[in-house]
Amino acid sequence: MSNAKEIRTQIKSIKNTQKITKAMEMVAASKMRKAQDKMLATRPYAKKIMQVVGHLAASHPEYHHPFLSKQPKSTKKSGYIIISTDRGLCGGLNINLFKEAINHIDKDSQPNFSLIGKKSLNFFKKFTANLSSCVQNLGDSPVIEDIIGVVKNQTDAYLKGEVNKVLLVKNTFVNSMTQKPEVLQLLPIKQSNDKEFKHYWDYIYEPDAKSILNITMTRYIESIVYQALIENISCEMSARMVAMKSATDNAGDLISDLELVYNKARQAAITQELSEIVAGAAAV
Amino acid sequence: MSMSFHLDIVSASDSIFSGLATMVFAPAVDGEIGIMPRHAPLLTTLKPGMVRIQADNKEEKNIFVSGGILEIQPNIVTILSDTAIRAQDLDEAAAMRAKEQAQSAIDNKQSDFEYAKAKTELIQAIAQIESIRKIKKRNR
Repeated sequence: MSNAKEIRTQIKSIKNTQKITKAMEMVAASKMRKAQDKMLATRPYAKKIMQVVGHLAASHPEYHHPFLSKQPKSTKKSGYIIISTDRGLCGGLNINLFKEAINHIDKDSQPNFSLIGKKSLNFFKKFTANLSSCVQNLGDSPVIEDIIGVVKNQTDAYLKGEVNKVLLVKNTFVNSMTQKPEVLQLLPIKQSNDKEFKHYWDYIYEPDAKSILNITMTRYIESIVYQALIENISCEMSARMVAMKSATDNAGDLISDLELVYNKARQAAITQELSEIVAGAAAV
Repeated sequence: MSMSFHLDIVSASDSIFSGLATMVFAPAVDGEIGIMPRHAPLLTTLKPGMVRIQADNKEEKNIFVSGGILEIQPNIVTILSDTAIRAQDLDEAAAMRAKEQAQSAIDNKQSDFEYAKAKTELIQAIAQIESIRKIKKRNR
C-alpha cells in the first residue's frame, strides 16, 4: 500500500507544478500582447529617424559624421551590445542568442561587451572579462533612458577608435512561435543604396550641422537599440508562453502515466487482500 | 496648393500627433520658430518646451516636448520628441552608471578567471573617463 501512497503524493506534486506552469503560460500570453502593442508603438519614431538619417547620409553637409564613415584607426576589436532577458524559463531563447553571438565573435579580436539583461551578464561574465557596461532589471516596460548609458559607452569607444565596429545581438520576433537570433551592425552605419535617397537638396542646419548631426546620430542608434529591447520582450514573452505550454502538457502526460501505475498498484493490493481472505477462509 | 502641411510628432515609445496643420510653433534651440506651409527644408534641435499647433480645423493644440529634433521637409514637418530631458552631463552620468554596474558584476565574480585582466582593463577605462572629464573642463 505504501507504494500507492507514494505515487499519490507524486501525482499531487506534479499537479501543483502543472497549475503553476499553466498560470505562467497565461500571464506570458497577456504580457505578450502588451509587448507587441508597444513594439508597434515604437515603429513610427524609428521609421522617421531612419528617414532623417537617410536624408542626411545622402545630402552633403559640410561636416561628415564619424558614424557614417569607416573608423580610420585600424583596430581589430569590435564592440558588442547583447540584449537578453532578465528572467529565465523562456526555453532556449537566450542560449540560442548567445550561441549566435559566440559564433560571430572572433576570439582573437578581444571584443568589448555591453550587456543588457541579467542572463547575458551571467553567461558572458564567465566567457570574457572585457565587460564595458551592463544594465539589468529593466522590467516589462523599459524606457529609452535605461539604455542610454550602454549605448553611449559603445559609441564613445567607437569615436575614440577603441573598436572598429559596434554590433547589436538581438532576437527578432518572427511570430509567436519563432524567434530568430540576429547580429546587426550598428556602427559604422551602413548606407542604403536606395534610389529614394538620391536627391540634391540639403537642409538648413540650425545652429550648425555638426551639433545636429551628433544628436541625430545618437538618437538614431539609441532608437535602434531601444526597439530591439522592446522586441526582445515580445520574444521573451512568446518564448515563455510556448515553453510553459509544453511544460503543462508534459505534466499532463506524467500525471496520466502515474495514474495508470497508481491504479495498477491499487488493484494489485485489492487482489492480494482478497486472495489472503480466501486463503484464510479455506484454512478454517 | 492647400495652405496646410502634414505634421508628425513622435516619441520613442509612441506617436503623439499626426495630422494636417496650418501653422506650428516649436521651441528651437536658438529661439522659438513658427513654421508655415512651404517652409524651406530645415533641421534643428528643440529645447524642452511647448509645441503649439494650429490644426487644419482651426483647433489649437499644445504639446509639451522635452527636447528633440525638428525636421522640415517640403510639406512634411516631423518632430522627433525625446521622452525625457536630455543633457550631455546626464548622458555621461548614465554611461558611468552602466560602467559601474559592469564593475560590480566583475567584483562579484566567484572564480578568479581572468580577474587580473578585467581589473587592468577597468583601470584603463577609469583613466579614460578621467581624461574626458579633464578635456571637457578645459573646453568650458
